[in-house]
Amino acid sequence: MSHHIVELKDVRFRYPDGTEAIQGITFKILHGESVGIAGANGMGKTTLLLNLGAHLLPTSGEVSIGEVTLAKRTRQEIRRKVGFVFQRTDDQLFMPTVYEDVAFGPINLGLTEEKVAERVKSALEMVGCLHLSNRPPHRLSEGQKRAVAIATVMAMDPDILIMDEPASNLDPKSRRHLINLLKGFVHTKIIASHDLDLILDVCKRCIIIREGRVVADGPSEEILMDEKLLEENSLELPLSRQHNNKF
Amino acid sequence: MHMADALLSPAVGGAMWAGSLGTIIYCAKKLRDKMDEKMIPLMGVLGAFIFAGQMINFTIPGTGSSGHIGGGMLLAILLGPYAAFLVIASVLTVQAFFFADGGLLALGANIWNLGIYPCFIGYPLIYRAIVRKNNSPKLITFATVLSVAIGLQLGALSVVLETRMSGITELPLGTFLLLMQPIHLAVGLIEGFATAGIILYVRTLRPDIVDDIEGVKSVASGVSLKKVLITMGILALITGGAFSWFASNHPDGLEWSIEKIYGKPEIHRKLNPVSENLAKLQEKTAILPDYSLPSKDGGKAEETAPSWPAVEPGTSISGIIGGLMVLGLVIVFGFGIKAMRKMRDRA
Amino acid sequence: MSFDLEFFNIGYLDTLSYKDTFVHRIDPRIKIIVSFIFILFVVSFQKYEVSALMPFFLYPVFLLTAGNIPLKAIAKKIVFVSPFAVFIGIFNPLLDTGVILSPFGIPVSGGWLSFISIIMKFVLTVSTALLLIAVTSFPGICEALERLKLPKVFVIQLLFLYRYLFVLLEESLRMIRARDARSFGKRGKEMKTFIRLISVLLIRSVERAERIFCAMLSRGFRGEIKVLRRHTINAYDILFLIISVTMFYLFRSFHIVNIIGETVGRSFR
Repeated sequence: MSHHIVELKDVRFRYPDGTEAIQGITFKILHGESVGIAGANGMGKTTLLLNLGAHLLPTSGEVSIGEVTLAKRTRQEIRRKVGFVFQRTDDQLFMPTVYEDVAFGPINLGLTEEKVAERVKSALEMVGCLHLSNRPPHRLSEGQKRAVAIATVMAMDPDILIMDEPASNLDPKSRRHLINLLKGFVHTKIIASHDLDLILDVCKRCIIIREGRVVADGPSEEILMDEKLLEENSLELPLSRQHNNKF
Repeated sequence: MHMADALLSPAVGGAMWAGSLGTIIYCAKKLRDKMDEKMIPLMGVLGAFIFAGQMINFTIPGTGSSGHIGGGMLLAILLGPYAAFLVIASVLTVQAFFFADGGLLALGANIWNLGIYPCFIGYPLIYRAIVRKNNSPKLITFATVLSVAIGLQLGALSVVLETRMSGITELPLGTFLLLMQPIHLAVGLIEGFATAGIILYVRTLRPDIVDDIEGVKSVASGVSLKKVLITMGILALITGGAFSWFASNHPDGLEWSIEKIYGKPEIHRKLNPVSENLAKLQEKTAILPDYSLPSKDGGKAEETAPSWPAVEPGTSISGIIGGLMVLGLVIVFGFGIKAMRKMRDRA
Repeated sequence: MSFDLEFFNIGYLDTLSYKDTFVHRIDPRIKIIVSFIFILFVVSFQKYEVSALMPFFLYPVFLLTAGNIPLKAIAKKIVFVSPFAVFIGIFNPLLDTGVILSPFGIPVSGGWLSFISIIMKFVLTVSTALLLIAVTSFPGICEALERLKLPKVFVIQLLFLYRYLFVLLEESLRMIRARDARSFGKRGKEMKTFIRLISVLLIRSVERAERIFCAMLSRGFRGEIKVLRRHTINAYDILFLIISVTMFYLFRSFHIVNIIGETVGRSFR
């Protein structure tokens, strides 16, 4: 189904202050794939995601989601296909209650009140937060906020899920809950994370970014077991794969 | 510098609310037409910022005490007058509810006192007039300090006038002014310098925030100088008139006017038909003859009116007994409800 | 009160506001209207009135007890904000020394009466404001304001303010702690440091607002935000309105306290 392909062709991005954050990235992601994006801080992961999510426009090169190429006038269209979960939950939950936050997207899609209620209910059920409907966001734990943030995005029924550091600041139980949740989604998933174990668990494919370029792209099992490659990129073996005799 | 409900009369409080509400509606209308969508989260977050910022203290040079910023002028510079007024109103609203700063009636007055002057006098008439394309730090500092100081002076003056016109306090106008104005001048200067410092420092890191939050500042140019001057002229006439009235050496003048508004004698008249029967019984069974209530005899109230026109007969011994009883009843009422609730919880 | 305490305090009132009692469930519009009328009646008393104010305590007591709000929290807050009113009011006894009445032979000046009156009015009005939020929740109040025809722009950004209030308070708390950890006595608290701190907080706030806007856009925002309407006025609300306002009117027009006092006094004869 070609209309869910994410494709980047020699994409470059430069920030107004001159920083060349992305220096020529090319790859293709097919429908239903789950891809982890790894790399040290400041290497361009977030910028890449923001381009994919149509929040930034590439300085040159082409980003296309489905058949639509990202340009100024197609931004809205692309945002509708993409469910973007930001790094900081507080930025994402801005309505007075959980219900209203999750309903925000469907309402903007123009759905009727009943349909909105339906979407909200199923999205909250999906993440296990239906009982938090009437809570104000500032009364939620970090894990709950993360789950609700995902719900706000799922309620819009996106084709593609993009997540920036989804497991940061989560306690182990919430993290496990999140991983199980993600494994259950059939959407195309693009996840940027420092949590290599999460990538190993959730994503079949892994791309490593350094200095705004792709330095590795292949099955997670291979890439995340390549110690030399990982160390070159200021990364480490996933904790679950580190040999006991290291300690 | 916040007004409190207890110091306001309904008339003054109501008038200030009318003014503030009118301004809120006016600002909202202006924003709706020209506002950029991203203003809404910005306004809310900056409101929260002002709140959070007020929690950070600094030591006032020269003294040992600490102070904090108000933020009105800062908001006006960052957001333009219309958005800033709404944000100031919101901050005060949250303060009124969560911090009991003043009260709900006084909220109208506080919004006016702390919002109108920075947004519609300080910013358009002083700041904008001085700071144009020429953005030298000295000029910006001067303009900021001047507008903040004047804004606070006007605000403090308003508090004084509102309190006097409400007639709850005995403080003579002159003393009141002497207390309020100099303090707020000092506060104004300090806050002015602090605000200027912030503007200048932020400008070095993110000039776009200060110079023009996209399209917002153009909204500010809609405030016509002529309109503001005319309004100020009218205000000056009114306050000038009020000044001379209070300056007149008629200590009873205030009580007399209050009596006229709230009709002390009228309340007697209302009381009489009800207590007439009781009064008849009372005459036969006088409790404490020395403290008999003037309300027994409607005429007597009229007589005592001129000497102490504002005295309520209720402040006599019956008042004290009755007061204690009512207090007791209120407490019993409270416990009663508590008990009811406990029973219901257990059920 | 230090910053820490104030911060947790506001959170406390906020937590209370999400309880579920009869009072909490009354439509917020009704509560606002009743409270406002209450305040108007209270401040309409002339300045020497003391005893006629007594019955009015029923309203805040009702909100407190039926709403299951701890008395201590409200009392502490009232005491904390009283200085301004006390400061202005204390001039009354100093300036108005004419003796008005002498119960049991003790002379009481008009000034003291008006001072006590001010204090009573203060307690009545301020406690009502606090209790109103304690039994209503801020989003409830915002919803009521919108339905009472206040401009939507104003209400929406009020909601945003409330939403990010705690977030930003926490951020500034962290900054203060960081500063305090590295400043000793007066050094570190000067204007210059302050300006740096506040400016950084300002920039962070603006950046946060930009990210929020991004998040809004990513969920299809195009300029209109809907304020959810969760309350409807029912018969109980109307009943509450009618009963309260009637009682306030009665208390204001008829000197209940005197009537009771007379009746009791009479019964001793």
